Formats: sequence, C-alpha cells, structure tokens
Amino acid sequence: MISDLLRIEGLRVYYYTRDGVVMAVDNVDLFMKKGETIGLVGESGSGKSTLGRAILRLVPPPGRIISGKIVFDGLNLTELSEEEMRKIRGKRISMVFQDPMTSLDPLMKIGDHIVETIMAHETLTREEAEEKAIKLLEQVGIRSERFMDYPHQFSGGMRQRVGIALALALNPDLVIADEPTSSLDVIVQFQILDLMKELKNLYGMGMILITHDISIIPGIADKVALMYAGQLVEFADAKSFFNEPLHPYGKALLESIPNIQHSDQKLKYIPGNPPDLINPPKGCRFSPRCPYATEKCREEEPPTIMVGHHRLVKCFQY
Amino acid sequence: MANLTAPKMITSMLSKISPRRGVEGLFIIVGLVIVLTFIFMAIFAPVLAPYDPNKTRVGGLYESPNSKFPMGTDRLGRDILSRIIWGSRTVLIVTFLSMALSSACGVTLGLISGYVGGKFDTALSLFMDSLYAFPGLILAIALAVMLGQGIMPVTVSLTVVYVPIYFRMIRGEVLSMKESLFVEAAKAIGAKGRTLIFKYIFPNVIPSIPIVLSLNAADAVLTLAALSFLGLGLPAHIPDWGFDLRMGYGALTAKIWWPGTFPGLMIVLLTLGFSLFGEGLAEILNPKLSGR
Repeated sequence: MISDLLRIEGLRVYYYTRDGVVMAVDNVDLFMKKGETIGLVGESGSGKSTLGRAILRLVPPPGRIISGKIVFDGLNLTELSEEEMRKIRGKRISMVFQDPMTSLDPLMKIGDHIVETIMAHETLTREEAEEKAIKLLEQVGIRSERFMDYPHQFSGGMRQRVGIALALALNPDLVIADEPTSSLDVIVQFQILDLMKELKNLYGMGMILITHDISIIPGIADKVALMYAGQLVEFADAKSFFNEPLHPYGKALLESIPNIQHSDQKLKYIPGNPPDLINPPKGCRFSPRCPYATEKCREEEPPTIMVGHHRLVKCFQY
Repeated sequence: MANLTAPKMITSMLSKISPRRGVEGLFIIVGLVIVLTFIFMAIFAPVLAPYDPNKTRVGGLYESPNSKFPMGTDRLGRDILSRIIWGSRTVLIVTFLSMALSSACGVTLGLISGYVGGKFDTALSLFMDSLYAFPGLILAIALAVMLGQGIMPVTVSLTVVYVPIYFRMIRGEVLSMKESLFVEAAKAIGAKGRTLIFKYIFPNVIPSIPIVLSLNAADAVLTLAALSFLGLGLPAHIPDWGFDLRMGYGALTAKIWWPGTFPGLMIVLLTLGFSLFGEGLAEILNPKLSGR
C-alpha cells in the first residue's frame, strides 16, 4: 500500500449552493500506482471533474472538501497549507484542461506560459527556462519559431499540445487530464491521445484521464474508474472491464456505444435521467434506472465489494 | 478585444483612426490635435510667451486686444496671452500628475482587492464607494481646504477624487477574470499570487484603462479650474486659467470681456479635447458601442 502514488479514502466534496448541498463526490476511494493510467469515466455531473480538481485542491467555491484523505506519495494533501499545496501544483501534480481555447492567457505568448510555469518552481535563469520551454514545445510537436506566438494564432489541437507541454513542464508524477480531447474533433482527438500516450511512456508519470467518452479509454488506460452520481461504482483494470463490466451501469454504458457492424440494431440508451445530487435516491443511486434493481437496492446503499483480483464494484449482485 | 495583442492593438487602432472611420475617427483626431497643441504650448511656454506672465504693467490696465497684446491685458496690466500659455503648463502638470497617481493607486488597489477578496476586499470597497458617493467637486473642495494651496495639494485632492473610479472598474474586471479558466490553469501550474495578479490578470485589464484616463483628464481640467475659481487651488504667483477666469469675471459688468473670456475658452477647449479623444477611443475600442 505504501508504494501507491495516490490513495484517496472516503473523499467527500460538497457544493453549498442556494438550493441545497450538492454531494458532487460522495465517499470515494481510489488508489493508483506509480506510472499507472486511470480512466475516470462518468456522465456529466457525476462528479468526475470535481474529483480531479479536489486532488489539486482547486475545487471552485462554493465547493469544499468535507472529509476524507488524499494521500499523494505519503503526503496527505488535504492537510497541507496553501503554500505547500502551491509548490505541488504543476511541479508534482499537474493538470491538462478541457478547453484549450480558454485555458491559455490570451495576452501571454505561448513560450512565456511555459517559462512562467518553469520559473514558478525552479530557480533557473530566463535563458535556461526558455531553452527548456523550446525543447518541451518541440516534444509536443510545435516548432520553436512559434515560441513568440500568442494563443489566438493556434488551432484548438495545437493549443491542447501547448496545454500538454505545460502540464509536463516540470516532469510531474501525476497528470490529471480533465476531458483533454472533448472540445476537439475526432481526428485531432486521436492525435492528442497518441501524443499523451507517447509522452506518458517517455516520462513515466501517472495519469488520471477524466472523460465522458468511454470509447477513448481502451487504448490508453490501464484501469477504469466508473463514477455515477458522485460515487465510484466500479473500479477495475481496463481489459476485464471492457470484457465484462460488473456494475449494471457499466454494462448499460458499454451497450450504448454504437456499433457500425450491426447497423440494423437499434441504438441503446439508459432510460431515465441522472439523479439529482441534492436529493439522491435512497439506496443504490442507480436503482431507479437499473433493470436488475430489487427492493433491497431501493432501500439500502450497497457496499463496495472486492471481486476477483483488485476489482471493486458497488452492487448487491456480487 | 481580449484576443488582441498589444502591438496588434496599436496597429489596428491606428488603422481605425483613419478619416474613413467617420465620426469616431474624427473625434480622436480633433481631440488629439487640441490636446497636443496645449502640450506643445506647455512645453515651450518660455519661448512662446511674449511676456513674463506675472509681470504687472507690461501694458496699460485692461488694454483691449491689439497687435501688441493679442488677448489684451488684465487689471494689473499683465499680458493675458502669456498667462494663458503659462497657465496651460500648470493645468497639464496637475492633470497628468493626478491622472498618473490616481490610476496607479486605483489600478493596483483594484487588482489586489479583487484578487484577494474576503474581508479586505469588502472593507476597501466600502471605503472606495463612500469616496465615490461624494460629488467629485465637493470632495475636491473639502480636500483642497484641508490640504491648502499649491500644486501638490491640488494634485493630491484630485487624485483622491479619481482613485475610486479606477478601483471600481479594475476590481470588477478582476472579479470576472478570476473565474476564467486561464487563471485557474495558472493556479494549477502553481503560479504564485503575485505572478497571477501582475503577469496573468493585469495585462488583460489594461485595455479598459486609457478610455477612463482621457475622460477623467477632461473632468480633472474642469475640477482644477473650479478649485482655482473658488480661490482654493493655486497660490497667486502660479498662472492658472481658473483663477484668471475668476478675476476677469469681475470685470464683465464693465463690458471688459477679454480677461475672462480667453481663460474660459481655454478651459472649454482643453476639456473638449480630452473628451473628444476619450469618446472616440471608447467608440473604437468598445465594439458594443460602435455601430450605434
């Protein structure tokens, strides 16, 4: 257990809104080893982005981490001071954002973004930092003569490459990629994913890939963490998850991926709506939409059960 | 707007200032010409002014405009033209100094207050709002009475009047900028608070400063004139339009129009110059206004 890079225990992140308390992340446990890639999958509003942000302690107000531990390399992040946390951000844990159109400062040159990142953590001269920045840009496929260009002179895919270079600038142990490809078109999406895979192998950092698009997971993630309504419902290695998902939600999700080889098949979907996180359903949160739900599911919250080897599922079926 | 880089902004601004732009372009050009003329006058006052502005009886008392004294002489026989030329120096020094001071203070405080937030922000905002609640001239009069006469005291009282304007504007922009993704992204890479404020947020609020600056300058010219008119501004040995207007105004009833009219005209002209420039700038820089 000590060798885990990241261990999240009983994490709760609530948003205190005017309408009530939104339980965005509710009692989540998660662990990952060094160099592992976890695909954190869930639909909009399932709390996956909040979870990603909570690791960096950047949950936007009115959100707050209520309880639980986030142990990163032996450090409990929830107990660190703001200054200690700042030193970890970017240096040891970094983030790739969803929207590369707005996550870069419009008035800052591409190169300066990276130089600023490096200089925030390392005592280098500007020249040394610039040299490093140019190398990084070349690594993500941006020619060095574009160093002095501004973000608006780049396309979405190119900007996301810059975003990746920024995240990798200080060779962190963990990169949280929050829907890094969701705002890009399909071809660019795969270029970016390939680039991330390649750099991950080069740098050997761990990665949490947050996405609502389960179809991008197989090629890149070692493990899948499936979230539903603020809870982790299944945690398994990617291979066994795609072979045989255990949780009914996972099953339904995989079935709803369209398959062009069976074009006569009707497109499947999960009936019902994701639950309201202010007043989540009693018992299992998926029970109102679950085809296998029993009376017990609707009354009691199912425990998290270990199935087989390191496979967790939150369901009464097992 | 936010996507324009500084050098690009200037070139695109210049291209827009061409007369083809119509009224706004004309506004800027006319305003600029007026302001630059006064600046030229102020800089070269010692060369341009035909007489010593404070020397009495360079001509007769209340000589009407003639070839020797194009704007006539005042009740002490001083040359009005020379006083106007030297007066432009006084007005511009006070205006530019108070603009520089108030924007520096207001922008810095607004940046910090908006970024830090919390109780500090609440307290500072309340203070600034209470300053802002006073009519500018009344506040300036009160301060000028407290601080006494002279260039510095007047500059300071004008500064205090204008600080809240910059503060409120910048604070508001910082508040919305703070929510933007690139600031969050900068936080996520571990940027320090100081870096965030001055390297990420500040460049993005700069574009809104020049408009307010030039409109404030127009207001400052008027307020300074009002202070001097009331005798609260500058000591008698510093030539000043507001004070001269006051002196000339007394002579109006005797049908001696020139000692009051010329300084008054100058006040109007310079104010107009700054306003035209500011309005033109606002029209061009603010896409929401253009096409109105």
